[in-house]
Amino acid sequence: MSVLAIAEHRRGELRPVSIEQLAAGRDLADELGGELHTAVIGGDVEAFGADLNREGVDTVHTVDIGEEFNHDVYTQVVTQLATELDPTVLLMPNSVNGLDYAPAVANRLDRPLVTDVVDIDAEDGLTATRELYGSKTETTIDVHAEQAAVTIRPAEWPTIETDGDAAIEAFDATVDESAVKSTVKGFEEVGGGDIDITDADVLVSVGRGIEEEENLDIIHDLAEALDATVSGSRPLIDNGWLEKDRQVGQSGKVVTPDVYIAIGISGAVQHVAGMKGSDTIVAINTDPNAPIFDIADYGIQDDLFEVVPALTEQFQ
Amino acid sequence: MKILVTVKEVAAVDDEFEIDGLAIDDRYVTADLNEWDEYAVEEAVQIKEAHDDVEVVTVTIGPSETDETIRQALAKGADRAIRVWDDALEDAGLLDPETKAEVLAAVAAEEDPDLVLTGVQSADDGFGATGVTLADKLGMEWGAVVNDLDLDLEGGVASVHRELEGGVEELTDIEIPAVLTIQTGINDPRYASLRGIRQAQSKELAEYGLSDVGLDASEIESPLEQTSLYEPETEGEATVFEGSPEETAAELAELLAEKGVTS
Ligand SMILES: Cc1cc2nc3c(=O)[nH]c(=O)nc-3n(C[C@H](O)[C@H](O)[C@H](O)COP(=O)(O)OP(=O)(O)OC[C@H]3O[C@@H](n4cnc5c(N)ncnc54)[C@H](O)[C@@H]3O)c2cc1C
Repeated sequence: MSVLAIAEHRRGELRPVSIEQLAAGRDLADELGGELHTAVIGGDVEAFGADLNREGVDTVHTVDIGEEFNHDVYTQVVTQLATELDPTVLLMPNSVNGLDYAPAVANRLDRPLVTDVVDIDAEDGLTATRELYGSKTETTIDVHAEQAAVTIRPAEWPTIETDGDAAIEAFDATVDESAVKSTVKGFEEVGGGDIDITDADVLVSVGRGIEEEENLDIIHDLAEALDATVSGSRPLIDNGWLEKDRQVGQSGKVVTPDVYIAIGISGAVQHVAGMKGSDTIVAINTDPNAPIFDIADYGIQDDLFEVVPALTEQFQ
Repeated sequence: MKILVTVKEVAAVDDEFEIDGLAIDDRYVTADLNEWDEYAVEEAVQIKEAHDDVEVVTVTIGPSETDETIRQALAKGADRAIRVWDDALEDAGLLDPETKAEVLAAVAAEEDPDLVLTGVQSADDGFGATGVTLADKLGMEWGAVVNDLDLDLEGGVASVHRELEGGVEELTDIEIPAVLTIQTGINDPRYASLRGIRQAQSKELAEYGLSDVGLDASEIESPLEQTSLYEPETEGEATVFEGSPEETAAELAELLAEKGVTS
């Protein structure tokens, strides 16, 4: 009745979700009356292993194979770890890389997979909470299986700051090289334009609610009146209406301005990941149920095409 | 060469809605082609246009009501479509990624594609796991969250960019056959032309039941059961300005001025 959480790192750093998983994992292990294991694969496993030794962890497994993430290697190693340790719940991050190996591992272990979980408990069988329809609703899911694989949404659980006294053990995994059919060639930084939205004190951020590229004029007018910088949600960047380095979010920039004005942005989790640290968040959206209002400090539930010009006028 | 593209009809929910049991009441739901799948279809059609002898086949799990949505993909250039549905799938409840992948794998085994493109996730249930599960079931290589694709058919390699978090992309070479899950922004999906829409009407849309693809109902029993659906309690403590646009704008302007925002 144990829990195994697989850590994630990139370019020499553990990613925060690796520690957040430990909080989720400790709760689950307590409910199951078992141990919490965590494992790290590749890179500086000694340093990562020491860092993962947080309060509540029973054993840290280090697997000294490779430098960076490779899904073929991770799939094989995590499958071996889970086969050996036989955890009731296998936790992995719901990150881009998590989603690049967790489904294959679950398939090989013949375990059900529940992804992007925001809450989970094992009190009476495993029950996971997920969001549906872009966070407008939540749903609970009962897992009818003895053992499961689960991916955890980043930033939903606290990080554990206190050191632990876990056993740190090296795990010997064997990798079948002939089954490694992908090669990571390197990384590339996106963007590199002239403006740095992470520098701005005030961001006027625009989303799909703007409907047409021509309509962006009213956003630029407002930004000018406020002496603010324009940023946006992903669809605008995908459409080519704004440059790539103006994208706020998980795959874009993380911004922390004094004021963030979200206009016609629903507040999808991947967007919120990039702006929730802003000092003051203002949302203008017609949908009173839009998840952006959950994190906004101030809101106007009305049509942006009426509110934005009126607001611009106030500053002229 | 054959490219199989998984496409799905997803539900978009109105601003105001009511929940009826475990689902949103039909009156508040509109159907649309999954956003991520649109990019996958476009990518397949672009490959077809760039190479000789490429066939693009779409596959969908869903009832006959989804045909109209599937025809959008045909209108944008897919050659033919396959749709799988029957009573057993209807009764299966929550279709988890494994169950979906099982059905899609059965179709893929029949079609024997060189490349499978799926969307990164579907906009409604957002599992984000069907593509990679499918790859593993087929014994194919894969890549998740691909936002750039360069195919070397002779070399048997797909050079992709995988979009990681924080504005970083991973450059990876993947042996084909492979399943790639396609991220929005990889291309610029076309609108269906009138001619495309007309042609789509005469393209083949094959309907299969589970037994037609060699499965029986016991193989699609989902271990996941949805037990509730509800509107999350808003944790938000947003101060909502009330009134006409002029009034709310004036209040917001005053607030912004207090925060030191001036022209
Ligand atoms: C792996 C991955 C990474 C991602 N990374 C990012 C990222 O970095 N950044 C990002 O933003 N997204 C990202 N996304 C996409 C994300 O899931 C959402 O699709 C996206 O954020 C939605 O953008 P939006 O809010 O502008 O559009 P929508 O969700 O379509 O919302 C539009 C909003 O506008 C409102 N609206 C419509 N008309 C009006 C009007 N007249 N007046 C006022 N309001 C109106 C609507 O009520 C709605 O709330 C990522 C997705 C994935 C899968």
